[in-house]
Amino acid sequence: MAKKKNTVAILLIIAALIALIPLFTLKGAEFGGSDDAGSKVVAQITGTDYQPWFKPVMETWIGGELPGEMESLFFCVQTGIGVGIIAFFMGRFVERKKIENEIENERKQTKQTKQTMQSKQSEQTSSL
Amino acid sequence: MSIKEKGFFISITTLSLLFGILPAANAMHIMEGYLPVQFCIAWGVICIPFLVAGYLSIKKTLSADRKSLTILAMAGAFIFVISSLKIPSVTGSCSHMTGTGLGAILFGPTAVSILGIIVLIFQAILLAHGGLTTLGANTFSMAIAGPLVSYGIYKLCQLLKVNKYVGIFLAASIGDLFTYCITSFQLALAYPSATGGIAGSAVKFLAVFAPTQLPLAIIEGILTVVIIMGLETYAKSELTTIGFLHGGKN
Repeated sequence: MAKKKNTVAILLIIAALIALIPLFTLKGAEFGGSDDAGSKVVAQITGTDYQPWFKPVMETWIGGELPGEMESLFFCVQTGIGVGIIAFFMGRFVERKKIENEIENERKQTKQTKQTMQSKQSEQTSSL
Repeated sequence: MSIKEKGFFISITTLSLLFGILPAANAMHIMEGYLPVQFCIAWGVICIPFLVAGYLSIKKTLSADRKSLTILAMAGAFIFVISSLKIPSVTGSCSHMTGTGLGAILFGPTAVSILGIIVLIFQAILLAHGGLTTLGANTFSMAIAGPLVSYGIYKLCQLLKVNKYVGIFLAASIGDLFTYCITSFQLALAYPSATGGIAGSAVKFLAVFAPTQLPLAIIEGILTVVIIMGLETYAKSELTTIGFLHGGKN
């Protein structure tokens, strides 16, 4: 159990490092989206600035590009929904396991006390 | 809880039904309006059988045991979280992971198509990320091709008796990479380069996506292994029901 915990911790640290190292090593990089990079290649291949034939529905609704802050808000909402569900169920699983363990321990204890009582009784009868 | 379960099931059902009915102008992360109409429709049509199979597979899993719903919800939530995190990469641009490997390993590749398309629609409508017109193409790359490869690699590793966690890691990370390969291929099909044709164009798109995605694929592999370790510790009974533990079939 403890060993598993360590592996998980080490794995998470590695993941965090892979994610953060570029931020520190590539100083001054733009960190734009790679999806946007894709559209640049399209422009490069077709030779002209490609005009998308359909605008995102949100941009049509609000009549302009989604403000950056709003975009991060929606991304956060997405993360929040996901984390909420995972945390909720994981919490239930963890508690369930705890209760299961407790019940098992109790059973063992009652068994043990019964056994000891029985053995005591048998001792008493034999001494008589 | 049963009301909640019912609500979730009904919403999944209606969503999946919607996609059966909606015109096939459906889309991972090719941007809105960047694919010609005929490609949008073609990719959408290709997705439909997978979505139907996914719906049936989810229905089967749930009717076998409703308790599987919790794990299914977690697999879906994992995609939500993972695909919302934009992570900086070595090339100086950001990208995000797909998170579809977990669902594919636990529930089989088709079930993920339903989970994936929910995320894609959320992002297409609210975030202008991906798009409704490119939904078919994006669904195919992220929610169908990627998970299929993940599942295949996971099963292959099982056959070859590779360590289970190594297998999961490989499945998730290669599935993630493959998603971007498909995206490049889809873009290349639509925009063959003047000199190299489709292949030349595919190489160009891959050159943009692959180096960015490689470290992220590794992170995705690690995270998938971590969450499976967690589930194995705390949700043994559910994992046994869906046939993940004890070498059962998905």
